[in-house]
Amino acid sequence: MSLANYLVLAAVLFTIGAIGVLVRRNAIVVFMCVELMLNSVNLTLVTFARASGTLDGQLIAFFVMVVAAAEVVVGLAIIMSVYRTRRSSSVDDVNLLKY
Amino acid sequence: MPPIEAPDLSFAALAPLLLVFGAACVGVLVEAFAPRAVRHPVQVGIALVGTVGGFVTTLLLAGTGEVTAGGALAVDGVALFLQATITALGALSVLLFAERSLDPARSAFVASAAVPAGSARDVQLAVSERVQTEVYPLVTFAVGGMMLFTSANDLLLMFVALEVLSLPLYLLCGMARRRRLLSQEAALKYFLLGAFASAFFLYGLALVYGATGSVRLAVIREGATGAGNDLLLVLGLALLVVGLMFKASVAPFHVWTPDVYQGAPTPVTAFMAAATKVAAFGAVLRLLYMAFGTAEEIWRPLVYALAIASMVVGAVLGLTQTDLKRLFAYSSIAHAGFLLTGVIGLSGDGEDPGLAATMFYLLTYGLTTIGAFALLTLVRDGSGEATHLSRWAGLAQRSPLTAALMTLFLLALAGIPLTSGFTGKFAVFRAAIETGAWPLAVVALVTSAVAAFYYLRVVVLMYFSDPAPDGPTIGVPGSPTTAVLAVTAAATLVLGIVPGSVLDLAQSAAVLVG
Repeated sequence: MSLANYLVLAAVLFTIGAIGVLVRRNAIVVFMCVELMLNSVNLTLVTFARASGTLDGQLIAFFVMVVAAAEVVVGLAIIMSVYRTRRSSSVDDVNLLKY
Repeated sequence: MPPIEAPDLSFAALAPLLLVFGAACVGVLVEAFAPRAVRHPVQVGIALVGTVGGFVTTLLLAGTGEVTAGGALAVDGVALFLQATITALGALSVLLFAERSLDPARSAFVASAAVPAGSARDVQLAVSERVQTEVYPLVTFAVGGMMLFTSANDLLLMFVALEVLSLPLYLLCGMARRRRLLSQEAALKYFLLGAFASAFFLYGLALVYGATGSVRLAVIREGATGAGNDLLLVLGLALLVVGLMFKASVAPFHVWTPDVYQGAPTPVTAFMAAATKVAAFGAVLRLLYMAFGTAEEIWRPLVYALAIASMVVGAVLGLTQTDLKRLFAYSSIAHAGFLLTGVIGLSGDGEDPGLAATMFYLLTYGLTTIGAFALLTLVRDGSGEATHLSRWAGLAQRSPLTAALMTLFLLALAGIPLTSGFTGKFAVFRAAIETGAWPLAVVALVTSAVAAFYYLRVVVLMYFSDPAPDGPTIGVPGSPTTAVLAVTAAATLVLGIVPGSVLDLAQSAAVLVG
């Protein structure tokens, strides 16, 4: 199978993630969509590493995983603190700051 | 299989970074092992040692120009100038964080961030001496990440640095002692949008890697030369720029800025507004100049459009604001646009007015902004800081000194002569004109005039309105805030009246290696 297919799949996943961030209402789901975007990047990186015959891309994918894990810790802490106060994790409910 | 080669590490060139990150790690240990009673002074001390130490060591390194850590880190004039700026702004912010005499509740930061806002325990803790002292290691990590960001010679390191600076900032935003709901909301918004933007940066990294086979800026430069039609490369660059412009709060990626600036604790807003902008523009300069300096035709129109959008959005929407923190947020968006006119002033040849002008502007803007936000912490009423514009009416009659300092900072932000803001603006506009971007300079002048209206409106309100009978009280700042105000006000005046030596310093530091 041609490597281009993997790139297209990654682009589709990235787009699904980006649309999810924009349209979904639950902060956790929005956050999962961001993770989907990061993982589609990993697929892109590994495909390019395979195509170019270098290991750099695979190495970068590991860094991305570590950073994504750190981001989960921080993100869930923030979402939890909002949820414990408001009993809701909908991004439509956090609407005190505007204009 | 060949043995793994250890990368060369020049510890001398890494000293500022090692000091700052070392201080942050020690801060984490103190948090774990020191008794609560001594934590606050110890943490403030460690954070100051880290940032001031980082500042001194960057000054000692002046004139260095080398690539180290296996080629991932460039320690050159631009990196050192911006690192010195970031550590100085970081040290001033730590002083603002450490202020304990303004708020009757003893600090701008929450006693325990894990306690739900508004619960009985929260009400009980709000008046206690306790403070979440983790803010000091967090801010030190953020300073370290920002320093790394300006000297990253490699897209991967740039991404890691972006996260190292962002993750502590997301948390810091949610730690206000008062108005906790607003603060948590700001943290959530900043986090979700920040993670979204870094995903774009990362996809850009992947595409550039695919197009050129490397993430090292120098290799990308070779691959990008004359590759104006390479779709992967153009898309990749555009996505990288989106990620960086988000951090620099450039319109149209600015939507988070007013909300986060308003919701975050004011010392954190000061730090974010000043230091993050320096770091983000450091990375923008390095990326556009080192990696894409030979492919200017790709990014120049993009940056041109972003500069205009940012200046117009910042100037026009700022007119409608009634909250001072939001007003400063729109001001920061407009200033990001002015900074981009300096970036447009980058030219490929040896004489580079744009680079030095942008660096100088970042220094002046950062110092003025920290001073302005420090003043916002002084004017208070029952529920915390009185940031609504109407509360500042007639302030000059209540506290002439506060009003005078605010006027100085506002004039500097507006770019009135004899303040640092004028010198900075003059330098970036001249750089833009010298590279033939005079239409951009015209837009910049017009938007400066529009923005000057909302700064001067605050001045008029302070001096020519009658104070409300139930007006806010003006807190007497403790020594940390006084020191910050003295340094920033002095710098704003000195850099406006005798900017020569610092301009020369920026000029001689305007060297990028890679």
